[in-house]
Amino acid sequence: MSTTQHSEHSEYIDSDTGKMGMWLFLFTELFLFGGLFIVYAVMRSKYSDDFHQAALELNAFIGATNTVVLLVSSMTVAMSLTAIQKSKPNLAILLIFITLILAGVFMMNKYFEWGHKFSLHLYPGSDVMKSLPHGEIMFFGLYFMMTGLHALHVIIGGILLTIVMVKLKSGKINREHYLLLENGALYWHLVDLIWIFLFPLLYLIT
Amino acid sequence: MKNHDDHISSYSLNLTVLLTLLILTTVSVLAIKFHFGAFTVAVALLIASVKAAIVLTYFMHLKFENLLLRLMVSGVFLLFAIVIVITFIDYSFR
Repeated sequence: MSTTQHSEHSEYIDSDTGKMGMWLFLFTELFLFGGLFIVYAVMRSKYSDDFHQAALELNAFIGATNTVVLLVSSMTVAMSLTAIQKSKPNLAILLIFITLILAGVFMMNKYFEWGHKFSLHLYPGSDVMKSLPHGEIMFFGLYFMMTGLHALHVIIGGILLTIVMVKLKSGKINREHYLLLENGALYWHLVDLIWIFLFPLLYLIT
Repeated sequence: MKNHDDHISSYSLNLTVLLTLLILTTVSVLAIKFHFGAFTVAVALLIASVKAAIVLTYFMHLKFENLLLRLMVSGVFLLFAIVIVITFIDYSFR
């Protein structure tokens, strides 16, 4: 990515441009979730009682746990960048590894959370869900859509950071060239950023 | 141009940022229990916005980026805010 080969031995990497490209991509992600946030806002004002009732079903404790998990993982990935800038590849690898473990913990919590909803037959299209008032259907629909899309981003971020870890091991990402680590970290922070809004909107406000 | 002229955030700064974010999370969980009525959503969103700003500034290094990138990011967030405000004006006066 953003690497241009010039002569036989000089490799030119424009990290500013590479980073800007990443930010442009993050803007599209922001609007992808932004659309859902707008739907949420309008539906909440239209069906405030149903939203109140439905939000009580969600487990705020799991939501809060996952918030802490993601915040800590955001710090470890940021520290990994510091480590490589300070020429400590092993520490950088370890910190990425911890980030990946935390991503796994997040997904595990999500699995139990969704699993519980499914065991109650609460999922889009189920008879239980169809029998709910219209506003509650909207709430759970948005809940599954938003947390599902977010979980997909956690998985993609996990894959991206695994690639980063492999390249750190092989020395392809090093003190001189760490654009991929920087961009991977930016993506991971975006995942965190979206969760910062999802958590209060879905789990806290009832 | 290589990466190595970039600003390096210290480990302690990262840790401080995390602790601040955790404190704000606790505040928002506790604040919800007080029931501000119509303002509950506003309070929760205000705290979330502060947290988001901290993540953008420190974890995502915007504080240390060039002016162009900072203007781009603020511009996009401004645009997003305008979209939301206009949606609500449209929706409330229908």
